[in-house]
Amino acid sequence: MKELIRSSFVIARRDFTAIIFSKAFFFFLLGPLFPLAIGIAAGGLGQQMAQEIDRPLVAVMLPADEAQALAKAADRLSAQIGARRLPDMKIIAAKDDMAAQVAALLKGDEGNENGDGEKFIAALSGDFASPVLTGAADDVMRWQGEIGLLIDTAQNAADTPPTEVEASIVADSDGARTKLRLLTAQAGQAALFMLTMFLAGMVLSNLVEEKTNKIIEILAASVPIESVFLGKLFAMLAMALIGIAVWVSVGAFAIETFGPGLPSLPVPAVGWPLFLLFAILYFIMGYLLLGSLFLGIGAMATTVREVQTLSMPVTMLQFLVFGLAFYTVSKLGEPLELFAAIFPFSSPFAMLARAAQVDTLWPHLLALVWQIFWAALIVRISAGLFKRNVMKSSNSGKGGFFAQLFSRPT
Amino acid sequence: MSANAIEARGLVKYFDDFCAVDGVDLTVPEGSIFGILGPNGAGKTTTLRMLLGIINPDKGSRSLLGADRPLSVAQQVGYLPEERGLYQAMKAYDAIAFMGALRGLPLKTGRERGRQLLEENGLGYAADKEIRMLSKGMAQTVQLLGTIVHKPKLIVLDEPFSGLDALNQGKLENLIRAQAEQGVTVIFSTHVIAHAERLCEEIAIIAGGKVPFHGKVSEARDRLRPQVTLETRNSDGPWRQALPQECDRNGQHWHFTLPETGVEPLLKALIDGDAGIESLSIERPGLHDAFVAIAGEAAAREMDEANMETPS
Repeated sequence: MKELIRSSFVIARRDFTAIIFSKAFFFFLLGPLFPLAIGIAAGGLGQQMAQEIDRPLVAVMLPADEAQALAKAADRLSAQIGARRLPDMKIIAAKDDMAAQVAALLKGDEGNENGDGEKFIAALSGDFASPVLTGAADDVMRWQGEIGLLIDTAQNAADTPPTEVEASIVADSDGARTKLRLLTAQAGQAALFMLTMFLAGMVLSNLVEEKTNKIIEILAASVPIESVFLGKLFAMLAMALIGIAVWVSVGAFAIETFGPGLPSLPVPAVGWPLFLLFAILYFIMGYLLLGSLFLGIGAMATTVREVQTLSMPVTMLQFLVFGLAFYTVSKLGEPLELFAAIFPFSSPFAMLARAAQVDTLWPHLLALVWQIFWAALIVRISAGLFKRNVMKSSNSGKGGFFAQLFSRPT
Repeated sequence: MSANAIEARGLVKYFDDFCAVDGVDLTVPEGSIFGILGPNGAGKTTTLRMLLGIINPDKGSRSLLGADRPLSVAQQVGYLPEERGLYQAMKAYDAIAFMGALRGLPLKTGRERGRQLLEENGLGYAADKEIRMLSKGMAQTVQLLGTIVHKPKLIVLDEPFSGLDALNQGKLENLIRAQAEQGVTVIFSTHVIAHAERLCEEIAIIAGGKVPFHGKVSEARDRLRPQVTLETRNSDGPWRQALPQECDRNGQHWHFTLPETGVEPLLKALIDGDAGIESLSIERPGLHDAFVAIAGEAAAREMDEANMETPS
């Protein structure tokens, strides 16, 4: 055991330094920051655009007193339900040929004449008794109701003061909390999945260099194949964790500085510090579980081309696992959710969702032990398959498959 | 611990249906230089890989430095595989240190010794170069140094001379002798008989997955009687009785194996019978002749062909 750890460490150290001191690693670190930067830029831009688009302008061509009343009603309603729910309005003096004026306004000619270049989406004409809203079908239907409400308010409630509704807030109803925590659970799962998907897949091609360069001969003659697998796995894990640490710190800094601030998710059931600890632990476990599987699969491939071909089905496999976990987030305690929590590959995802929703801790301990057991088992099986199929070694006649699985490496 | 560095009994290895090694027995005494001779594809590499525990045999047992799990003594073993391989991006001294680290040598010590070994072998200037920048022969030397950096008790070299020029082959022979003087057991495989003849006390000949001979070089030679080459003035006479039946005749030249009776009766018959000896040579057979006799003509031809490609 001591020798296994020592030799795994030697392999991991070599791989880790080879990765860290390569130029490619720099791009690896930069990669996720591109979309992040674009996301922040687009977020700012989007907000601006939203402001411009969201307040459509309606031309009001009512008699002067009615137009004033309508403007007052608009102010009053804005105070109550928010300005964004109502169209912007501009009072336009009616001309003799109203039909032609409306047409010109909607086409934008009139606006240009006034020199302010405003674009109207609709025009309100007639009077309170028989108002007419002219415009494109979509816009008219969209704002018909609001205009009607404005006219009603202008006619009936212009003089009474706005009614104040007293807010009586119940401290977090249980139902609301559960519903909100679902959000944390899903967000946590999604983040975990994205990271595992991007990072665990990289393990797939990890043994190709050794095999094409025949270094595997030297490795296999000096250390157990299990050490080679473990070492590679942990080197990649260390690289992934460094990457995540960099991305998270840069991302958090960027969002705090340039962006709209961190979105506030509901506090998970086990509390934030413990939840984050679980997130890290479950990422490690998810990475080790999927990574060991991929390493095993990749080790069977003889060429880079084969590895590339394999990467698609492997990604699909991940989607399946994640789909299972994601589907069961809201089904706490149901058989399918229990299955997702027990099935080794989906277990880290399902258990993180649990951490967000349930505050009992012992199942996590159990799950972690269970996941470690499976990761070790997969490494063992992968190494065995590798020895038999790639190195063409044989069973050395020591009992069956399971006896070998648990015997000491020869 | 037994006095044998390697003991193998009845090793058998199948690759699918092909039997690569078919019952190999090997005994390599500690502190000796041991050669495994055989043509390409005879099963030399497979045998070595089984001895080292890279692969398990289908049948048979092996013990390496007294251990039946070869990897458990990996720290005392050095191995240079036939197909050389190093991480291309590693620097020469670091590659040596890494190979030492695999065998339990602390990285720092490995790096120091790596530089020192490179210096001693005239490659000091290349210590900080990446492996990909080195020539093939240099990379091979680096790998060889990585094989001995942890001061192993047993060194296994698979075709160590192939790919080296005559000068470097000589250096390698010296290195092997130097290791053996320190009590290290060296076992190497080769298809070039000359190296085995110069270096080895004992050899095993492998052909077709079997070991038709295992023992001392002199013993292999003794399997063949000395060869006589004779040139006479007269082409016939009573002295012809003294020549054996299987005798190659080429005009006045005669070539045959020295009869069991020895040199004297032959000489006496030749002189008394007035053969008129122009020249006479009686030579002990070389390892090559012994190899031909033991492994067969076909195996010898294969080896000669291989030698053409990689002249020794």
